[in-house]
This record gives sequence, C-alpha cells and structure tokens, in this order.
Amino acid sequence: MTMLALQNVSKSFGALTVTDDASFEVPKGQALGIIGPNGAGKSTLFNLITGNLRADKGSIHFEGRDVTHVSAMERCLTGIGRSFQIPQPFEKLTVYENLLVAATHGRNLSESDVRDDCADILERTELIKRANVAAGQLSLLERKRLELSRAMATQPKLLLLDEIAGGLTEGECQALIQTIKEIHAQGVTIIWIEHVLHALTSVVERLLVLDFGQVIGIGDPDEIMSSRAVQEIYLGIDV
Amino acid sequence: MIWIDTVIQGVLLGGLYALFASGLSLVFGIMRLVNLAHGDLIVMGAYLILVLVTLLGLSPFVAVLIAMPMMFAVGWLLQKFLLNRTLGDDILPPLLVTFGLSIALQNALLEGFSADSQRLPTNALTTASVDVGPITLGVMPLLTFGSAVLVIVALNQLFYRTELGRAFRATSDDATTASLMGIKPGNIFATATGIALVIVTIAALYLGLRANFDPNIGPARLIYAFEAVIIGGLGSLWGTLLGGIIIGVAQTVGAAINPEWQILAGHVAFLAVLLIRPRGLFPRVND
Repeated sequence: MTMLALQNVSKSFGALTVTDDASFEVPKGQALGIIGPNGAGKSTLFNLITGNLRADKGSIHFEGRDVTHVSAMERCLTGIGRSFQIPQPFEKLTVYENLLVAATHGRNLSESDVRDDCADILERTELIKRANVAAGQLSLLERKRLELSRAMATQPKLLLLDEIAGGLTEGECQALIQTIKEIHAQGVTIIWIEHVLHALTSVVERLLVLDFGQVIGIGDPDEIMSSRAVQEIYLGIDV
Repeated sequence: MIWIDTVIQGVLLGGLYALFASGLSLVFGIMRLVNLAHGDLIVMGAYLILVLVTLLGLSPFVAVLIAMPMMFAVGWLLQKFLLNRTLGDDILPPLLVTFGLSIALQNALLEGFSADSQRLPTNALTTASVDVGPITLGVMPLLTFGSAVLVIVALNQLFYRTELGRAFRATSDDATTASLMGIKPGNIFATATGIALVIVTIAALYLGLRANFDPNIGPARLIYAFEAVIIGGLGSLWGTLLGGIIIGVAQTVGAAINPEWQILAGHVAFLAVLLIRPRGLFPRVND
C-alpha cells in the first residue's frame, strides 16, 4: 500500500523553481532517505508534504486521499508528523507539556487519554528524567530528542525528519539512530532528510536524490550512492 | 495613623487598577497585542451593566453575571474577525486598528448614552464599611481588591493547570509550530480576548459602583492599566497586581499631601519605577 504519493509537484518562489516536477511514492512502512546539496529544495519538499507550503502544480496523496489542498493542521490530524531542522520546542513549557500539547491537539484527544502515551514516548527517547525541565534548558541532543518525541506524540503514520542528526557528536548520533530505528521497527513510515550520510544509510531502505528541485534518482541506497550522477552532483566529484 | 489608613486605601485602590490591567496583560502576554481600546471596552462594559440594571431592574451584582458571557462573545468576535487580521510581524497595524476602535467606541457610547455621567445604583452594601482597629475600610474597596486577587489566582490556575492554558502558552511561545501540532492560533487568540473581556466586565462593575463614568473616561483607565502592566513587568500577572498597588498607593499618598497631586503622583511613581527597572519589576526572562 502506498503511504505517500507525489505526482508532478512543482513550487516556485518568483522566478526561482524550488521543486520541479517531483514525482515519487513511499510505500507503507518504508524508510526513505532524501539527499541533495544545500539549496536543492529538500526542506521545501517537506513543507509541501506537511502543507506549510502549497504546491503550484501537481498533486499529493496521503493514504490514497488527495491532500493537495488540505491545511497543515488537517494533515497533522490525518497522520503526517514532522521534526524541524532547527529544533523549535515551546521553550517555556516543560518537556512533558510540549508532548501533551502535541498529543492532545495533534490527535484531538483529552489530556487523560494521552498522559501514558507521552510518558512512554519520553521513556523510549530517553527524556523521561528531563520531563519536568523547561524545554529552553535542554542540550542540543535533548532538543533533537524532544523534536522526535513531539513528532511521535501526534502518532504519525508518516514521520518526516529534517536533518535531525546534524550538529551531534558521533556518540550522540549513534544514540539517536538507535531511537529512530526503534520507531521505524514499530511500523512508522519515515522520510528523512540528512547530510550525515552514514546515519541515513544505516536506517533507510531507499534513497532519493534531489538537485535543483528535481528528483534525479531514487532507489537502493548503495546503487544510488555509487551512481555517477550522485557522485558528480552531490559529492562534487568530477568523474 | 492617617498615613497607614492612606496607604491601605491606596493598596485597595490598586486592586481596581489591577482589574483594569489584567485583561490587557493577558492579551499582551499571549499575542503581543496592545489593545488601545481596552479602557473604552471597560466603559462599554459599565454601560452594558447599567442597561441590564435599568431594563431588567437587577442588582448590578446579578447584572454583571449576565454581562460577562455577552462580553466574552464580544471579545471572541472582535478578535476572530478584526484583530486577528492585524497580527503579524509588524506591530503598527494592531495599534492603529485598536486606536480607531477606541475612537469609534467612545463616539458610539456618546451617541447612545450622551455625555452625562452615569453611575451604577448603589445599595447598603456599596456604602458599608468595617472597622479594623482604628482604621475603617469600605466594603466595596475590599471586594474590589478581593476580586482582583481572585481573578489573578484563577488566571494563573488556568495558565498552568489546564489544557487550554497550555495551548495559550504554546501559542504565545511559537504560533507557527503550535499550528503544526493541531492548535488553531486564531481560535486560541479569540478565546483569550473573550476571557480578557470577562475580566473587563468585572472591572467595569467596580468602576461603575465606585465612581461616575461617561463615554470619555476610557483612555485614562487605559493609561492606569498600562502603567500597572509595565511596572509589574510585561506578562507577569502578580507583577500586574503589584503595579496596580504601587500606582494606587502613590495616588492616595499624593492626594493626602495635596489633593491636586493624586493623578500626578501615580504617573511619577510609574516613571520612577521605569528609571530604576526599565523592564518592570518581574520581567519575563526571554522577552
């Protein structure tokens, strides 16, 4: 079953085309990695999927339903969750409250229904000891974990991760990969934009390469990484 | 002994100013909106209570209970359909729109109720007093102060103990991210302004019972409210109460020295606090 399908999606800001006729599908339960040089339009692609930006052309289907013209909030309620490249927690709320907000509003439930879930998520993402600390006080790794936890609290069927491993030390990165693997193992479909390639390839089953807003390759990670086009464009190697 | 009495009367008067200011503080804290029509909305609330009292023959204390949901609706609609459209990165549009609203409200009230000053009907309760040792305290000032404390306790409970309060704080922190979590900032803002106008109605009751009002006194109430909020530190509700008390005490002490100094002394106290603590007494850390 297809979880997400983009058909000929385009987006321009003035004369600048940031997403150019992008088409791809993500089957349910798959983890797809997205790579591409800076400015290739990776985050824009996420914004189009979450509904923060509207596509100029083309269509986006989520679980078979056309969501091209559906608001970001509605898409969140139907199961598209995301983490941001730069963590954006509610700084004055505690870690636990951050999750409660996401869980109650993102799923339209009352607080008593989501308390246990939120505690579970914090347990899994190893933030439980920091539950009552204001989010503004967290370290970078903890903030990234909170981004992940908060996205999880909306119980997404599709989880979008935007450069979540960036800026972490090697050890921190490994710990985060472990958590993401566990989330994936539970059947959550993941699309992950990442510059830290080894982190990405240790989790995803498929890799998509974006350049100048165009999908220039999609397939098995090893094949994609060794393809000439990727080496030329993404790694900047003149082959 | 006269000085102790003066100071206590000032503290109680501060309760009224804190009531004026709490709604302003609430709205500013959640959506960074400075509502220049706040004072006129208080006066409008007082007229609404007066109309209910006159038409239905109710006691003001009963009329206020009917006026509160009506004012909530006014606030909700005002925010949803007018003020939400002015919010954005630029702080000027909300100032201009609420300034215009202030003028429109004053003139509408003038048209509807004339420039005659009005007063809510008083009864035995409103003129009663209690003796505490050598000091005599009016029941009305005590009720006003008690109401201010209750309003602030209730708002704090709402903010830190409820789901709605969490949504308020999350939206205040980052409205864009909040909307991604399924919160509708527009509705959250509308609810906040609705609650602010419920507090405005309570303030209007005490304004109308304690003194005369006419359509033109709104802007002066706005200034007292503003000063109380800024002395306390933007966004801190207990700070707002303290700010109200400081202005109240300054006014009664000023008046005791020379009756002409009452209003002046309040403003001077405000300026003095700003000189020493430019961000108010309890500023929020991140603003």
